[in-house]
Amino acid sequence: MFLNCLPTNFAALEVGQHLYWQIGNIRLHGQVFLTSWILLGALLVFISLGTKKMENDPKGLQNLLEFLWDYIRDLARTQIGEKVYRDWMPFIGTLFLFVFVSNWGGALIPWRLIKLPSGELGAPTADINTTIALALLVSLSYFYAGLSNKGWRYFEYYVHPTPIMLPFKILEDFTKPLSLSFRLFGNILADELVVGVLVFLVPLVLPIPVMFLGLFTSAIQALIFATLAAYYIGEAVEEHH
Amino acid sequence: MLAFDFFGATEGGLFDINATLPLMAIQVVALTYILNSLFFKPVGNVVEKREKFVSNNIMDAKNKLSEVEKLEADLLSQLQSARSEAQKIVSEAENESDKLYKEALELANNEANASKEKARLEIENQTSSARDQLFKQADELSELIVNRLILEK
Repeated sequence: MFLNCLPTNFAALEVGQHLYWQIGNIRLHGQVFLTSWILLGALLVFISLGTKKMENDPKGLQNLLEFLWDYIRDLARTQIGEKVYRDWMPFIGTLFLFVFVSNWGGALIPWRLIKLPSGELGAPTADINTTIALALLVSLSYFYAGLSNKGWRYFEYYVHPTPIMLPFKILEDFTKPLSLSFRLFGNILADELVVGVLVFLVPLVLPIPVMFLGLFTSAIQALIFATLAAYYIGEAVEEHH
Repeated sequence: MLAFDFFGATEGGLFDINATLPLMAIQVVALTYILNSLFFKPVGNVVEKREKFVSNNIMDAKNKLSEVEKLEADLLSQLQSARSEAQKIVSEAENESDKLYKEALELANNEANASKEKARLEIENQTSSARDQLFKQADELSELIVNRLILEK
């Protein structure tokens, strides 16, 4: 494979290597948790600073946070519907913020300056475990939303226009988390790889437009993930007539 | 453990799924609760309070505006009726004064005509009496002349 021919001491192309943490007999990808803790810590500090002194006449950080809140509310409201969007807004917002902060944090912070014994720090969303965890949470959420809102009538959705839809709708329950997790994982990993390869080949100006493209992709992926999660929940709670 | 030999990695690989997955899920769920109490609830309270305040104010202003419009229409109609009444009164007064003027004019005309007629009659009387007297005197004179002439002859 082409990547195997590259110098082995080059950290940028350490693909598929992890910093393993062994706790008992379970193994964890340490670099994912390290970056996610740093980024989420920064996010929580940012949010606590912004909400420390809430005023009726917003200033500075509070303004930004209110804009963010409004953005997330609009997203949840348009996808889930007026009736139950309030229950799901924190979840959708957390997904959006988590994915966004992870993607941008992975792209903007020069993690490569921190040397690890194995693997390297990067966007937590570039690890398949993270994206599958998020996608499975979305699946659980829409099942829970449907069942808690409509009870057993939720399963009418599977035969809704005609019973012919049943196999497709069952298949959808598997393809939804699959597509959610692989879309996010693939986009973020591909972005990191492209930037890594370009930095390796032409370390000067050339990678910059690709980095900007990566920032754009990262933001779009966060929006797509949150929108799709909200859409699935909205689909599950929607009343058919 | 699902481990693919991917990109030459001897251990792990890109699709190395392990306990990171459930722990990350728990972390995200915990983050949801933290963000809910730290971000979504407080900001939501402030924003919704403000939205309520603004919509209440707008409603109040709308109510006041409609009240003002009603009052304005009321006042306008009152003004209009007052104006038309004033016009009626003015035209009535004009008519009356016109009538009075005409009556007075007629009266004065009649009076003038009557006094003119009286004066004319008087003049006529005087003229005729003067003429009668003149005739009488002329007769006397002529008789005198005749007598004298007859007597002298």
